Amino acid sequence: MSDFPLLGVRRLYKNFGGVQAIQDLNFELAEGELLGLIGPNGSGKTTAVNLITGFVKPAQGEILYRGRDITAWPPYKVVRLGIARTFQMVKPFYQLPAYKNMIIPLYSPRVKQMTGGKYGDRNAVALDLLEEVGFERDALVAYKAASALPQGYLKRLELAKAIALNPDLMILDELFSGLSLAEVASILPIIEKLRQQGKTIIMIEHRLKELFRIADRVIVLNFGQKIADGNVADVMESREVKNAYLGTE
Amino acid sequence: MRRRKERIDRGIKVRSGDVFALCSWREMLYLAAPRMLPIVGLLVLSLALSVYWQRVLLSVSVFALLAISWDILAQSGMISLGQALFFGSGAYLAGIMNHYWGWPPAVTIPLATIFGGLLCTLLLTPVLRLRGIYFSMVTLVLPLMLVRIVEATRIFGGTEGLSGLASFPTRWVEIYLIIAALLAALFGFRRLMDSDFGLVLKGINDNDRSVMNAGINIYWFKIQALFIASSVGAFAGAFMTHVYLFVGMPVFALDYSILPIAAAVVGGIGTLAGSTLGAFILVPLSEILRGLGGLRIVFYGLFLVIFTVALPEGIFHYVQRKYHQFERWAEVER
Repeated sequence: MSDFPLLGVRRLYKNFGGVQAIQDLNFELAEGELLGLIGPNGSGKTTAVNLITGFVKPAQGEILYRGRDITAWPPYKVVRLGIARTFQMVKPFYQLPAYKNMIIPLYSPRVKQMTGGKYGDRNAVALDLLEEVGFERDALVAYKAASALPQGYLKRLELAKAIALNPDLMILDELFSGLSLAEVASILPIIEKLRQQGKTIIMIEHRLKELFRIADRVIVLNFGQKIADGNVADVMESREVKNAYLGTE
Repeated sequence: MRRRKERIDRGIKVRSGDVFALCSWREMLYLAAPRMLPIVGLLVLSLALSVYWQRVLLSVSVFALLAISWDILAQSGMISLGQALFFGSGAYLAGIMNHYWGWPPAVTIPLATIFGGLLCTLLLTPVLRLRGIYFSMVTLVLPLMLVRIVEATRIFGGTEGLSGLASFPTRWVEIYLIIAALLAALFGFRRLMDSDFGLVLKGINDNDRSVMNAGINIYWFKIQALFIASSVGAFAGAFMTHVYLFVGMPVFALDYSILPIAAAVVGGIGTLAGSTLGAFILVPLSEILRGLGGLRIVFYGLFLVIFTVALPEGIFHYVQRKYHQFERWAEVER
């Protein structure tokens, strides 16, 4: 293994017009870590993810992946290195069956590299992957049109699409939002399993209780700035975090 | 004897999700008939029509190819207003190869198809990043610019064009070549758009960020779709050059851009079969209305409006749905 951290973010800045979305963001992520990225609405969490994955270009700063500068790379190249993300707003192909939605990530050059050139039957692989995230094999749910699926399944589909790319770093953008407690409880073991496989994970979450059960470390953003970084207990004790979340006393 | 109505497709579809499990000749016919219809129909038409209407059939097939080309682009998220660019490039390339170098149609048509496709792809690749109407504007402008370039620089015969080009050996070669090309394009590209490759293209149309996020270079896929679509258009142009025995500025006319879109919209976008059906309705309609003289365009426009208002989904989608809902009487008890 290399001496470099898996991901390094250095002095990152991004503004949209006059709004400073990200200001001087610095952090490093070690292999196998599960990082929670939290903060109030509009604090720049999703922007940070967009910067890392290349959907948005930073104004300043650099992003290093295993020591390699990937700043402002186009998204498809970032993915090929092994960084996969999910979107907060899931937008599947509604008219297609769920398993057909898996075909596009399975068509990715990244997948071809990983399995030594080719995947056999993409449909079969798609069904296997969906089973991993809880689409019961014998039920018809994987064959149903995505438009007919409840939100919980759509989120699982989104997660399966990221898993299909066999990433080393997964960035999950509000995977739990809009889900019931039971649904979240059924997704948590999947994330635990991904961790056991050695995946590094960044989770953006508003569902702090669930997040804190699995996160090793938490970074708190507020107005685009990092206001806390550390293990869960220390961070939540911090005065600044309390102010950001609850308002100043 | 009591009877109830049942849908024919349900039994076929229920037995398996994706693959049809056919249990009888009747069921096989149910699936095969709509696919055989264009093949048999075109062969019968080619034999039954008078020489004049055979010429119309040529023109119908050419516009059907252009409409298919437009639909492939539309399904891949590129709305083109310039099929004339593809048509004209193919037409001029075939004309140039025949006029200056004396190559026969058997050589010029395949070469014009490939190089016409490459040329159009090269011209449009720089603007692939533009989306929606911005891309459309460029496709609209390019053929108009090429016309002016030919006019101003007087290259390739200038306003006169190149005439006296080689013809096909007989009109039967003409008609069966274009029919074969149309059927190959219709069935071949329908299959392609249903494959995983086609799924990626449709994904780009639907949600390009999600496709990028799968590690797929969407511009490379768009370039491939563009090459396929422009080759189809270039073939149509090269073919017509050897039918008219002439190539000139009219090949970049707006007709070749607009009529294919009208055909695709009337027939139904997204299936290629719809585009073909649209061309088979609109082009003969325009011929029939010829007798009306000046009012032709008025009636033609009126028909277009009626079609699009009454069947906004397109004729093909409507017919397809009705066919899937087709019912027969089945015995319940005697």
